[in-house]
Amino acid sequence: MLESVVMTGGDPRQAIEAVWRIESARVIAGLARMVGDVGLAEELAQDALVAALERWPESGVPDNPGGWLMLTAKHRAIDLLRRRSRYDQKLVELGRDMEIRQEAAEAELDDALDDHIGDDLLRLLFTACHPVLSTEGRLALTLRLLGGLTTEEIARAFLVPEPTVAQRIVRAKRTLADRRVKIEMPAPDELAERLSSVLEVVYLIFNEGYSPTAGADWMRTSLCEEALRLGRVLAGLMPDEAEVHGLVALMEIQASRAAARIGPDGAAVTLLDQDRRLWDRLLIRRGLEALGRAEALGRLGPYGLQAAIAACHARALSPEDTDWERIAALYRLLAHVAPSPVVELNRAVAVSMAYGPERGLEIADRLVTERALANYPQLPAVRGDLLERLGRLDEAGEEFERAVGLTRNEQERALFTARVAALRERGAQEGTGRR
Amino acid sequence: MRYMITLKATAKPTTPPPAELMEAITALGQEATAAGALLDTNGLAPSAEGARVELVGGKLSVTDGPFAEAKELISYALYQVRSKEEAIEWTSRFLKLHRDLWDGWEGEADIWRVFGPEDFAPGA
Repeated sequence: MLESVVMTGGDPRQAIEAVWRIESARVIAGLARMVGDVGLAEELAQDALVAALERWPESGVPDNPGGWLMLTAKHRAIDLLRRRSRYDQKLVELGRDMEIRQEAAEAELDDALDDHIGDDLLRLLFTACHPVLSTEGRLALTLRLLGGLTTEEIARAFLVPEPTVAQRIVRAKRTLADRRVKIEMPAPDELAERLSSVLEVVYLIFNEGYSPTAGADWMRTSLCEEALRLGRVLAGLMPDEAEVHGLVALMEIQASRAAARIGPDGAAVTLLDQDRRLWDRLLIRRGLEALGRAEALGRLGPYGLQAAIAACHARALSPEDTDWERIAALYRLLAHVAPSPVVELNRAVAVSMAYGPERGLEIADRLVTERALANYPQLPAVRGDLLERLGRLDEAGEEFERAVGLTRNEQERALFTARVAALRERGAQEGTGRR
Repeated sequence: MRYMITLKATAKPTTPPPAELMEAITALGQEATAAGALLDTNGLAPSAEGARVELVGGKLSVTDGPFAEAKELISYALYQVRSKEEAIEWTSRFLKLHRDLWDGWEGEADIWRVFGPEDFAPGA
């Protein structure tokens, strides 16, 4: 029985697109398992969408729209493979054809979306994030196949022309086909590395939407939501992986600050200056829960540790309540599992907050010769701040001047320039006082 | 985008909700949670267990439930989705379960968009 829903409100096309958004990843994932090719799977799924757009406005949305899309796409797959095998009698394809025919015969609308779905989704995600693909290709393919985003939406989100994204997707699909990448779960000995590639893609999508360069375009901020959604889906599929929960926790907590991180004038507001009443308590709660799940699974990895640091801020009702000793200790662990000069610089700040500017400066000073930070404006900015707190005003002023010269962000430049001016004024006043 | 969905019953059968319905609701909730869409949901106890605080003409008054409304609010859900249509789709699935598994039940679900950071963005 297919009963339709009476629609008086809304545009049927948009209603169908909403169903597509909900179901497309699962449909593509199921088809990919059958035909062994993500490009073909996506085409077949698109064909099913076109059929739905033709059929549903009159018949109504069926009760099991995902099953309907899947079954329709399966029939197309059978037709296609039959036509192909007529010309090309490859045994492999014949074998697959038989398999699909049998499967389709058994398929009922209700179980067209079967138990494989979770596994299928995971395999598709690992394939879309495969290391043979460029980073850009991975991002575009993941949003397209797992997020159900159109090429145009991805282009808008990444602020690049639509043909560029289309090309990235085509190239990625071709690479997967050329390199004969199988749509399967990585072998156990590769799992950790491949999972970190998946997590990296999800976090890059999140940061693309979260970065302060984000315009007012809704699509860009929605990238954060898309990444969160992917992370939550992944956490459901791989509940025993601590880092998956760690990444979800990190994204939930960072997203909780969205309303507070841009001031009324459009300028970025730094963490300690944010109005914490604007933080989203629901996302903080969800983030802390996800962090709890990560901690329960064992030692925290890089994402879990970053989430634990973010959680210290989230728990503090005011900046003065921040547990800086814990943050400094967590940065030490983070520097151990994922060493990087940027982490070390953040550790310097945390240590200075916990144990005084002198201890922080010791760490920051060691970074001056670090080549990776040679053009990083935050290094002189942090050193300037610490020097100022130590009363070494002239040196502090020089550091902020250096920061002004390095930054390419207008807001930051204004901020650093103001610090230089304030330091000069303070220096002049204290100079006169001494005389 | 976040949507708050409130569910009201307009006609309740005399029979209690069947176990199949409760199971199906749990399964749908799991599915929506796994899809990253459902953030929070809960059922609400009868208004007899609640109270109402009113401000009229500068005076506060507190009245114990039950409230006089014919339609009782029975649950809420908070979704994070990409469009209103997606919220409508999840809600329709929820109501279809009632249609298919609890004869005689009638009700309505209202879908409210929750303000988010995008509403307070500069230039918004």
